[in-house]
Amino acid sequence: MQKKFGFYICEGCGIKDVIDVKALLENVPEEEGHSNCKTHAAFCSKEGLEILKKDVASGVNTLIIGACSRRVNYDIFRFPGCIVERVNLREQVAWTHGPAKKEGDEIDHVQMMAEDYVRMGMIKAGKIALPEPYKLDAFTRKVLVIGGGVTGMTAALEAAAAGYECTIVEKAGRLGGWAAEVRKQLPLDWPYESLQAPMAGDLIAKCEKNPKIKVKTNTVVARIAGQPGDFTVSFKKPDEKIPFDVPFPLPPEMRVDESGKEYDPDVLRQKYLDYNQGREDILTFDPNGEKFGAVVLAAGWRPYEPAEGEFAHLGFGKFADVVTNAQFEKMAAKGKITRPSDGLPAKSVVFVQSPGKDEDDSDFPYASSVTSLVALKQAKYVREDYPEDGKSFIFYQHMRTPGLTENFYKAAQQDEGLFLSKGAVTTVAQTGKTLTVTAKDTLLGPEVEVKADLVVLATGMVPATKDDPIVNLAYRQGPAFRDIGLFDSYVDSNFICFPYETQRTGIYAAGSIRRAMTMEESMTDAAGAALKAIQCVESANRGVAVHPRSGDMTFPDFFFQRCTQCKRCTEECPFGALDDDERGTPKPNPTRCRRCGTCMGSCPERIIGFADYNIDSIGSMVKAIKVPSTDDFDEPPLRILVLVCENDAYPALDMAGFSKLNYNHQIRIIPVRCLGSVNVIWIKDALSQGMDGAMLLGCKHGDDYQCHFVKGSELASIRMNKIGEALKSLALEKERVVQKEVAIDEYDKVPQIINDFVAEIEALGPSPFKGF
Amino acid sequence: MTQEQGAARASGSIMVVGGGISGLTAALEAAEVGHEVFIVEKLPYLGGRVSQLNNYFPKLCPPTCGLEINFRRIKDNPNIKVFTMAEVTKVTGTPGNYETTVKISPRYVNDNCTACGDCAKASQTEIPNEFNFGMDKTKAAYLPYPMAFPLRYVISPQVIGTEDAKRIKEACKYNAVELDMEPKTIKLPVASIIWATGWQPYDATKIDNLGFGRHKNIITNMMMERLASPSGPTKGNIVRPSDQKAPESIAFVQCAGSRDENHLPYCSYICCMASLKHVAYIRELYPKAKCHIFYIDLRAPGNRYEKFYKKFKDDPNTVFIKGKVAEVLEDTATGDITVVAENAVTGEKISQKVNMVVLATGMEPSAAETKLPADLKFTDDGFILNDYAKGGMFAAGCAAKPADVVSSNQHATGMALHAIQTLVNR
Repeated sequence: MQKKFGFYICEGCGIKDVIDVKALLENVPEEEGHSNCKTHAAFCSKEGLEILKKDVASGVNTLIIGACSRRVNYDIFRFPGCIVERVNLREQVAWTHGPAKKEGDEIDHVQMMAEDYVRMGMIKAGKIALPEPYKLDAFTRKVLVIGGGVTGMTAALEAAAAGYECTIVEKAGRLGGWAAEVRKQLPLDWPYESLQAPMAGDLIAKCEKNPKIKVKTNTVVARIAGQPGDFTVSFKKPDEKIPFDVPFPLPPEMRVDESGKEYDPDVLRQKYLDYNQGREDILTFDPNGEKFGAVVLAAGWRPYEPAEGEFAHLGFGKFADVVTNAQFEKMAAKGKITRPSDGLPAKSVVFVQSPGKDEDDSDFPYASSVTSLVALKQAKYVREDYPEDGKSFIFYQHMRTPGLTENFYKAAQQDEGLFLSKGAVTTVAQTGKTLTVTAKDTLLGPEVEVKADLVVLATGMVPATKDDPIVNLAYRQGPAFRDIGLFDSYVDSNFICFPYETQRTGIYAAGSIRRAMTMEESMTDAAGAALKAIQCVESANRGVAVHPRSGDMTFPDFFFQRCTQCKRCTEECPFGALDDDERGTPKPNPTRCRRCGTCMGSCPERIIGFADYNIDSIGSMVKAIKVPSTDDFDEPPLRILVLVCENDAYPALDMAGFSKLNYNHQIRIIPVRCLGSVNVIWIKDALSQGMDGAMLLGCKHGDDYQCHFVKGSELASIRMNKIGEALKSLALEKERVVQKEVAIDEYDKVPQIINDFVAEIEALGPSPFKGF
Repeated sequence: MTQEQGAARASGSIMVVGGGISGLTAALEAAEVGHEVFIVEKLPYLGGRVSQLNNYFPKLCPPTCGLEINFRRIKDNPNIKVFTMAEVTKVTGTPGNYETTVKISPRYVNDNCTACGDCAKASQTEIPNEFNFGMDKTKAAYLPYPMAFPLRYVISPQVIGTEDAKRIKEACKYNAVELDMEPKTIKLPVASIIWATGWQPYDATKIDNLGFGRHKNIITNMMMERLASPSGPTKGNIVRPSDQKAPESIAFVQCAGSRDENHLPYCSYICCMASLKHVAYIRELYPKAKCHIFYIDLRAPGNRYEKFYKKFKDDPNTVFIKGKVAEVLEDTATGDITVVAENAVTGEKISQKVNMVVLATGMEPSAAETKLPADLKFTDDGFILNDYAKGGMFAAGCAAKPADVVSSNQHATGMALHAIQTLVNR
């Protein structure tokens, strides 16, 4: 596009009081060769906007608007087909750095700041292009659902009801999962008081007769290759070995020699091939694979299996009549409740909900509110089978029936054969055929003993992903979801606000694979995951990103001629969007990409960029910052580059502006998509042009990371540590480059963070590179 | 070969009533599939209850972080139209074809507002700040909270017709103040409606034995959120209301109104985790302050919540007592409160004197108080019952049941799909 520039400075909201707008217009645009410059008292007003509209009508297609933050008036200053660069003169200059220069001051710091920002905006506008959406060569809307339990069947039915074709793949020989094996199930609806007949049969029938749903039983996913909108999926029988089984990365212990040193790339490559002998490389597509647009992962859970000797005080593994809740359910589904040891009726049953004796009140591993509810449900079975003299005892530390499921607990309390008490079960002993359960600190007394025919442990639900990747992704980063160890192998989201977000675009977990859920919860979760799958295929088809940069049409572009095959982009991408080939050249999968720019930040050759955000656009902004030297002033002011995450730190700075908080004027702020996209070249350039320091402001990292792109701030901090070493070799103090964490609501602290850093740089003194 | 298969044909718009986290989620998830969505919010800003929270449990991260992303998604999506200070007054029609009437109350500030704040500076009237539960005051021309979206001031109807209104109008350089703004009624035809009307904190003054409203140093859990927030009345300093002193001891009364046949018979889902989170707030400011938590059951289910609970179990200054609080007594000289409870395990009567009490009040569905103008079914307590067979209208999040933010968002995403199904089956 042939750019025709328009350059506008707003005088409103106090900008004029702090900045000499006339001087700004005279100094900067001319320097940059621009002539179409205008000012107005308020460009957001009807009259002001009219000026912009007129210019656009007359052919202006690149607008640089020096006014408020781009986070406000976003709709007013939107001109389709035009590049609009907003220069934040209000929140970042006028509201945080006033008042204007007083008479007698040698330097007008605020004016210099405004000039820099305007120059930076103008240069950036010249460097960026309007994005064009990425179009897949092949595209399908079909949804793959992994797992044929209640969650999987519901996901398929809901997606089908919205018009999308689905395939359910189920490992077992039939649909239904655990739901088909229960005697009764927990209530699905209000008033949540009584047990219901299992509904798995109904769902199976609905799935089987729905023309939009295909069912593959006795089948598992061998590999999922490709990207959202165009996944190629290979299926196989369970336990079968096929060439399209996904290759696994070398385990860490096989990557190093005896001394612990990592092998050379060639040796590693050979070891990898040996390790995966008989398996096709991830970049070889299965010609017989089926095409899918997105995936719902509903592979569910398995019962927790206590290890040998685990819960010995409860007699598990020692006494035949001590069973888990899953074993009990199986017995109950078959017929009347009896003792496994001799088949005689089990009329007195004790349910133990917490294994920690009187030392710890935690529930069993992988337990949840489902285990509490199931204990109540199973206690009712005993009463159903032996209404006259059956007795159930539940010892719990905390009865966890949250929300409206409290009604089920209350209904259970009405049953006089059901005894419920807080209590720490200390031992289970056996005399003859009778078990004796001892509990302490109960509501019935400091220590009680209950004779039981059967003891049931309320053990938890282990997600299927604890044992197996299930999704078997043909991704260079490996076949499994990454970092789910944080969630005890549940495929959960770390984001409270965005529960469907994972590190694998287009694959959405639902049901008990992400968190132990009741059937009711699993079913709504299934509908949610189905929606996300549909949304992902529709976004892929439109060529736009999904969350969190929803609608973004840019995608990373690679200049492969200069790629040195270092593989950093492939390894660092938080979403596994890149697969390198055998030489190490990355193969992008744009619809897996979330557009964070981490690849751009990682690339030492600087060959990755986006249409409107790239090494050159930001690098040129850095270079547009004027660094005053002793040629200009006796005591030249410092210049410090501040790269801020636009998701959290930038809004925090805006809020500081709204609160009219002042901070040091020697900094220059550049927003970035994510700290992960920060390429160290920008910092090196800044320092080598004489800037005195650089600071990165971004999100918290660690286990409770707040980075919307998962790893951005963490990767940036690793890179900044490395740059410290490089600085040392330049005889620059490593303290000149720092990264600070700022949460979005810490706008009250942001000025202090900035001022403290400026003070540290002042203490170090000006950069020795100034003026070179 | 491309396996091109036509997307389901769908037509019509979706209305989302309520702009809290569930409403935002439902609206955005549907809009990002490609459908037109109207958000109708009765307050002047979006974000709902979560915007009043300091942090979420168990991550202890600020809700504004996710709201910022959601607001950006709205800004970037022309499929979404937002109506604030708007209430649905009438719904007629059938699934797929509803005619809705929406009343928009005057904000007295128009689109010209640049949020420069001159109006607030000029105003001389102070009104109770409802966002902070009346713990401080705000000017009659105000921004509801620093990150409010839309970022536009509001003028309290209280000053209309007064000298202060004139001052406010004169202070605005951008012609944004319209004192003669009238309520407006608009009609929107929509195909399906998501009711994400959310919840309100249960009125603690109704729980007579817990002394709220009588004793200054008894606050609710939602007030605690505002006290802990950097944008709250104390700028994040948790101090007791009577004398602004840092508390050395705090009691948390769980199930304040919840699990109680006289008040809310159900469990409000979030209060146990919320109180644990409050202990975390206190720990950060006052490492040695004593926290006493009186509970019936500590509902921290699942690995993630159980881990969060574990963090506090070993804290010698946090004491967990299984026992329902029977009464509270104020020491009028010091403002201290004695909490009286019976330990359910030992039977021992406990009288614990503390500087400050936090009532873990529960959530009441908004529909319990204000009847919704549509053909919906409700539980006895005012939660909306979803009728999927009928379709057309769906309750999302806490309008349907008490839930935490994660579950509300999952639920709302699912309801967005149900709403889309109605569009497809038109």
